[in-house]
Amino acid sequence: MSYLHGFGTKAYPVTQLTWGLLIISVVVVVICTALVAVGVWVRRARGIDGAVEREPVQGGASGTTWLTIGVGISTVALFGSLVWTVVVLAAVNGPGRPTPVTIEITGKQWWWKARYLSEDPSRILITANEIHIPTGEPVLLRLVGGDVIHSFWVPSLTGKTDTIPGQTNVMWLEADQPGYYRGQCTEFCGWQHAHMGLYVVAQPRLDFQAWWDSQLRPGTTPTSEKTTRGERSFAYHCGACHTVRGTEAGGIVAPDLTHLMSRSTIAAGTLPNDAGNLSGWIANPQAIKPGTRMPVLYLSGPELDDIRTYLATLD
Amino acid sequence: MTLVETERRPEIASTATSYGRGLEQIWKTEPGIAGWISTVDHKEIGHRYIVTSFVFLILGGFEALIMRLQLARPEQHLLTPEQYNQLFSTHGMTMIFLYALPILSGFSNYLWPLIFGSRDMAFPRLNALSYWVYLASGIFMYAGFLIGAGPNDGWFNYVPYAERPYNPGLNMDFYALGMVFYGLSTTVGAANFVVTFLRMRAPGMSINRVPIMTWGTLTASAANLLVVPSVSLAFFMLWMDRQFSTHFFDVNQQGQPLLWQHLFWIFAHPWVYVVVLPAMGMVSEGLPVFCRRPLVGYTPVALSTVATMVLGFGVWVHHMFATGLPNLALSFFSSTSIMISIPSAVAVFAWIATIWLGRPVITTAFLFFASMIVLFVIGGVSGFMTGSVPVDWQLTDTYFIVAHIHYVLIGINVFPVVGAVYFWFPKMTGRLLDERLGKWNFWTMFIGFNLGFLPMHLTGLYGMPRRVYTYPAGMGWDTLNMVTSIGSLLFAIGVLLLLVNVVVSLRGGRIAGANPWDADTLEWSVSSPPPSYNFAVIPEVASRHPLWEDRLGEAANRSSVRQGLILDHGRETIVTTPLDGDLDLIAKMPEDSYSPFILTVGASAGFTGALLHWWWLAGASAAVVAGALIAWLWPRRSLAQAAGAGDD
Repeated sequence: MSYLHGFGTKAYPVTQLTWGLLIISVVVVVICTALVAVGVWVRRARGIDGAVEREPVQGGASGTTWLTIGVGISTVALFGSLVWTVVVLAAVNGPGRPTPVTIEITGKQWWWKARYLSEDPSRILITANEIHIPTGEPVLLRLVGGDVIHSFWVPSLTGKTDTIPGQTNVMWLEADQPGYYRGQCTEFCGWQHAHMGLYVVAQPRLDFQAWWDSQLRPGTTPTSEKTTRGERSFAYHCGACHTVRGTEAGGIVAPDLTHLMSRSTIAAGTLPNDAGNLSGWIANPQAIKPGTRMPVLYLSGPELDDIRTYLATLD
Repeated sequence: MTLVETERRPEIASTATSYGRGLEQIWKTEPGIAGWISTVDHKEIGHRYIVTSFVFLILGGFEALIMRLQLARPEQHLLTPEQYNQLFSTHGMTMIFLYALPILSGFSNYLWPLIFGSRDMAFPRLNALSYWVYLASGIFMYAGFLIGAGPNDGWFNYVPYAERPYNPGLNMDFYALGMVFYGLSTTVGAANFVVTFLRMRAPGMSINRVPIMTWGTLTASAANLLVVPSVSLAFFMLWMDRQFSTHFFDVNQQGQPLLWQHLFWIFAHPWVYVVVLPAMGMVSEGLPVFCRRPLVGYTPVALSTVATMVLGFGVWVHHMFATGLPNLALSFFSSTSIMISIPSAVAVFAWIATIWLGRPVITTAFLFFASMIVLFVIGGVSGFMTGSVPVDWQLTDTYFIVAHIHYVLIGINVFPVVGAVYFWFPKMTGRLLDERLGKWNFWTMFIGFNLGFLPMHLTGLYGMPRRVYTYPAGMGWDTLNMVTSIGSLLFAIGVLLLLVNVVVSLRGGRIAGANPWDADTLEWSVSSPPPSYNFAVIPEVASRHPLWEDRLGEAANRSSVRQGLILDHGRETIVTTPLDGDLDLIAKMPEDSYSPFILTVGASAGFTGALLHWWWLAGASAAVVAGALIAWLWPRRSLAQAAGAGDD
């Protein structure tokens, strides 16, 4: 989550500016601290043991030279920083190139919905919490408010932009190296603000294209008796909120799970996506993310096992 | 009581004559509960403000420590998310509203009439009202917390999370109504300070001779008059949205969530200056006394105080850089946010120059004042970084901001305030605080604070978001958080040492005498603690440093402290002209009064009625409030202000 290193054309100038201002700040603090500490040490009244009245009051020099020099240097440093700021702001204002990929991101309590837009309706894709992007090209994000205000932030790629109900904020980002970039909600949004993570998965263009194509497939058809039972149980217990495309489960208020197993985490970046965590989460989500919108379903042991086995096939 | 006196010319006398006893009869407050409720003595009200806000400081401190326990290690579950959310919200509300300003108002209330050479604030009964309302609104907001319905959306309380669909309990109603209530206290207090500054100064104290400290509170008060309406309105609109389905912020009915943020920050950014400028004034006042010379650059420092506030009205959007406003607009607010550092630099270099050109005597108060310069610079540069839009997109809502706000509020408010306690405690109580314990107190607080909050900048740069009730391990935040928790505990021990020192020194401290620091302003010319009437005769001022004139070689300027106007026809003090400080009027000051207290009790019941929808109670309280106001404003002959002082 550190933003002292950036990756991509949008992050580089901002990271440089951050380091630049940080260094200026540290230098200013060191100089001023030294001025105070050395001043007190050198000029301290000696031999009066804290008896203030024994040190005579004197008028002395007016001292305005101090102000002129100190404020003069500060003003130059501040003005320089301001110019640098405006230059960087202009540089990251827009990508300056066409953006072939546009993703609509909706912040919800407490997960992220991602909708890949396309001219071709059959290529529109809905997924959650893990956002794949191609490397080396700018990606446009349309940030939409779902319920309360959230803030989308992937520190090594880009700064924050809020998702606010009633308005669409547009931002862009670009990764020049493949990788998993962690992000998190940064506007306080209620009980599980702490567990509202996401990942941006940057991959080469061809891999990205392949990922998109494979995500467009409907959910895996059950092949065994157990997974068939699992699909039915899932639709019955979970389908009002979750979608698995090609099945009866078509709820839209919770993450789309059509290709759940292609994601590396569950519950918005909270837990690694493995069998144990998945079972634990389905059995009692309130124990892991107290207050999460997903209720405890009081499933029987076999039902839980069927559902988990079924979900494990959704690759 | 005499009838209206016109063209009365008061006599001049020396303090050596025995006017004191007569004045004591006129100005003293009745002993017992009746006097306690009805007093309008600014010194008593100042004490109450200081004690009450310290109680809130301690409550807020406990809340912080509980949170630091939860955050000391990753993945802890001492607190539920809701408990954590209420704790951090109440902590913010407490420190920012119920501690940071009231403590400064307390000092200003206590000191202003003494430092100006007056006998009270301009409106003593309003002064009492502003304290009672502060206390009542604080209790009102805490009542919610105590029944488990404290604010839970942070001190800035963004909608829609604060709206009813997401927040159905009474939490937000307590906070919203409490803030409207609290706004009354701030407003009447601010009006009182502005008028007192302009009209209640001793004769001869022209505007370029007022003690430097008072510029801070004046500026802050003027700002409050302009911005408090914005937040009161915002909270009222929120309450209307929640209870009467108005749709000011409801996006489904064309309301605007961002409207809340604008209304809030138009208030809350200036508020940051409101809670630091008077504290910076304390440093400008106290530091030179220990450096044994006048402050370097009185005029630039005074002007920069005002300039900070003026610019401060134009920076609120830097809290909203990530909301998707157009970059062109952001660049304007970025420039103001960066350039506002210039007036702060004036103050910093003035203090540094005062140290270098003086002979600092290292007392506990001096250590607090001098260390504040360093903390101020740290809080200043981190603020400067957040002023840069692209950098702020990274910094905002991370622990970097938490570190920044604590350097501002602890560095520029708490440190000067504790320095001020060491500096003025002898004036208020007649006894000095213990210096040895004081040094321990200082170093514990200073080391604890920096240990806790300096690494927190790094926690933020490593990307930890603020307002999370827990965090995963292995993100590089674990050690830093543990260090911060340890530092916070050490800092709390430092604050505890202050309390110990106060308790010990109240009984056994060294007797102070009138002027233990050999300081320069008028409050040090009267006994410690001062008599109820402050000054037996009204002093006449001829320079900025009335008690140092002989040593500063200002032979032409000789203030007259021991000899001045006698005013003993009832409670009287002098009113002077705003700029030149020429004699203008004799002000007839009110007697003690029950009205402010009764009004506050009525208003408290009224807000409770509104909270619970007990409209009969709200109606009955309105009648009580009206009754108290009628009694308050009923014309009295003894208060007629028609006497000219005749300054020929």
